[in-house]
Amino acid sequence: MAIKERMSGNEAIAYAMKQINPDVMPAFPITPSTELPQMVSNYIANGQMDTEFIPVESEHSAMSAAIGASSAGARTMTATSSAGLAFMWEVLYVAASNRLPIAMALVNRALSGPININCEHSDSMGARDSGWLQIYAENNQEAYDNFVQAYRIAEHADVKLPIMICQDGFIISHGVQNIELLEDDKVKAFVGEYNPEHFLLNEKEVCSVGPYAITNYGMEAKKAQAHAMDNAKQVILDVAAEYEKISGRKYGLYEGYRLEDADYVIVAIGSVCGTIKDTIDELRDNGVKAGLMKVRVFRPFPGEEFAKALKNAKSVAIMDRAESYSSQGGPLGSELMAAMYRAKTKAETVNIVYGLCGRDVSVNDIKNVYTQLEDVAAKGAAGREYQYLGLRD
Amino acid sequence: METKFDFKEIQGREERLAPGHRMCAGCGGTIAARNVLKALHPGDKAVIGNATGCLEVSTFTYPYTAYEDSYIHNAFENAGATMSGVETAFNALKKRGKIKDNYKFITFGGDGGTYDIGFQSLSGAMERGHDMVYVCYDNGAYMNTGIQRSSATPMYADTTTTPAGTQSAGKTQYRKDLAAIIADHNVPYVGQTTFIGNMKDLYTKAEKAIYTPGPAFLNIMAPCPRGWRYDAPEIVNICKLGVETCYWPLFEVVEGKWILSYQPKEKLPIEEFLKTQGRFKHLFKKENEHLIAEYQKEVDKRWEQLLTRCNA
Repeated sequence: MAIKERMSGNEAIAYAMKQINPDVMPAFPITPSTELPQMVSNYIANGQMDTEFIPVESEHSAMSAAIGASSAGARTMTATSSAGLAFMWEVLYVAASNRLPIAMALVNRALSGPININCEHSDSMGARDSGWLQIYAENNQEAYDNFVQAYRIAEHADVKLPIMICQDGFIISHGVQNIELLEDDKVKAFVGEYNPEHFLLNEKEVCSVGPYAITNYGMEAKKAQAHAMDNAKQVILDVAAEYEKISGRKYGLYEGYRLEDADYVIVAIGSVCGTIKDTIDELRDNGVKAGLMKVRVFRPFPGEEFAKALKNAKSVAIMDRAESYSSQGGPLGSELMAAMYRAKTKAETVNIVYGLCGRDVSVNDIKNVYTQLEDVAAKGAAGREYQYLGLRD
Repeated sequence: METKFDFKEIQGREERLAPGHRMCAGCGGTIAARNVLKALHPGDKAVIGNATGCLEVSTFTYPYTAYEDSYIHNAFENAGATMSGVETAFNALKKRGKIKDNYKFITFGGDGGTYDIGFQSLSGAMERGHDMVYVCYDNGAYMNTGIQRSSATPMYADTTTTPAGTQSAGKTQYRKDLAAIIADHNVPYVGQTTFIGNMKDLYTKAEKAIYTPGPAFLNIMAPCPRGWRYDAPEIVNICKLGVETCYWPLFEVVEGKWILSYQPKEKLPIEEFLKTQGRFKHLFKKENEHLIAEYQKEVDKRWEQLLTRCNA
């Protein structure tokens, strides 16, 4: 029987970490992910897990040590947020290009400046081209479920890429909600043992990691990495299907909420989707055909699947919790619009930047977005296709 | 730990840094790496690491490697942290019964990757107490990118970012004393050495560093013919003069105790070291004589400090 609990997102992820009990965790404190290394350290101090924890002196060293540990053959995890992820930026690429299945619990927080500790997706979106898989959660339950699935995806022979399990800072990480946890033995059996193919401490062969490759070989290595990212889409679906069998909870590349027959669709990532779902229910009661496409997987970017899911919509609002300073909108907006163009999707689109530096989003804000979508659909033109939501006057 | 030095036996050991790599002829970094690895006892397994630098790009150019052991390169500034991760993985896998063999962990960085950009990563690894050796092959500048000054560059050296010119006599600062800084981490073993005689000093210090449990640091003066501007065969003479002028003293710090490894019978004047290298050529112009006198003062001061530390 599943365990019914009340937990914050950080508590839930730490619980999954305890159940998986990886070999090594290097980590450095940064709000709002600090609780993760704290909770793991507590579990270790009390004999509830025996992961080797490395209290590194910076996030750059956290990722560097993670690369060392993973290369050596250890199942490795870390956790960070915001500036911590930015500080790792250089070596995130090294982890991915060395094909190391490290799992990172990322608690999304704004990048400076102004310095701000609240939720934004600018950190993970900044790392979107680093070669890491990225999976996002709407709430603590999803954060937990995603983390339990992480190693199965990352370590899969067709993938071998590091994975970022993202949750919204404070909103999910510190918000306590009901949750259903799996039993330890179920998690252990599901995640399984890690048996890498090549690693530094392999007693049967020596292994070299991190070569200098000049123009005659480097490009093929990048292509192989891109191919692994392509493969990941199917692996994510397969792992989700298997996870459904032990948890009863269904996961895909995205979640549609009253999407099938929706005329007006919001596309969003993370905790704001809860607010959007509530708004949809209210609008539907009033006869407005509103719907949601919640992005779960951002890397790889399932552009084809997303465009297909949006094919019947009259208008689509793409919500970005990150600025990209391109003067064209946010990262989700750019990528999804490109995918919709390729798929010749007929819907008008607007790209809305919201929730920066933790700015709250209310049901009324979302209602305004749907009103705009009705207006856009009626006029057949998007107007200002890139705008901010909930900005002070 | 007293170790026996059998020159023939050691030189007869199998090479762990194989020939055929792309380092320059006469490169001190290569001599350092090759001889440190010779101090590994035959049959003992090791994981070797590199910071980005000449040594890394020339010894592991895909699809070739010069290393007979498992090897990892990560980036420029993180050789310390990277090897600390490998060592921790070893402890985890050993504890869980996934591996049986023992391994030694040795990582190499140039002075740029060690004194400067990799300083924090090294300090963290030393402080945390990982059972590993960090070896700095100190050639006194960023040689891989083309002879830019580092905090290990000697005073008045002509480098591409401290060029000697009409308004400049080269680098204005003296060197950072990294061996002392790492010794202040209270690690069990720190050694400073270079290529002297039949490498006995280097070999015995490397062996102690490798076989002392806990973190160890080796600082090896490793001349670079390109950056120092001398004829390659001169390297042995230059190293000797570095030691005899007390520019590069040989010492070790064992469990906090400072020990002088060699005291010159007659300390030679610093210009004997300086005049062997093109990077100091400008100091020998008539108008720069006072700079050599200043240099001597700094060398004397630091030598006295060392003697005090060693109670010699």
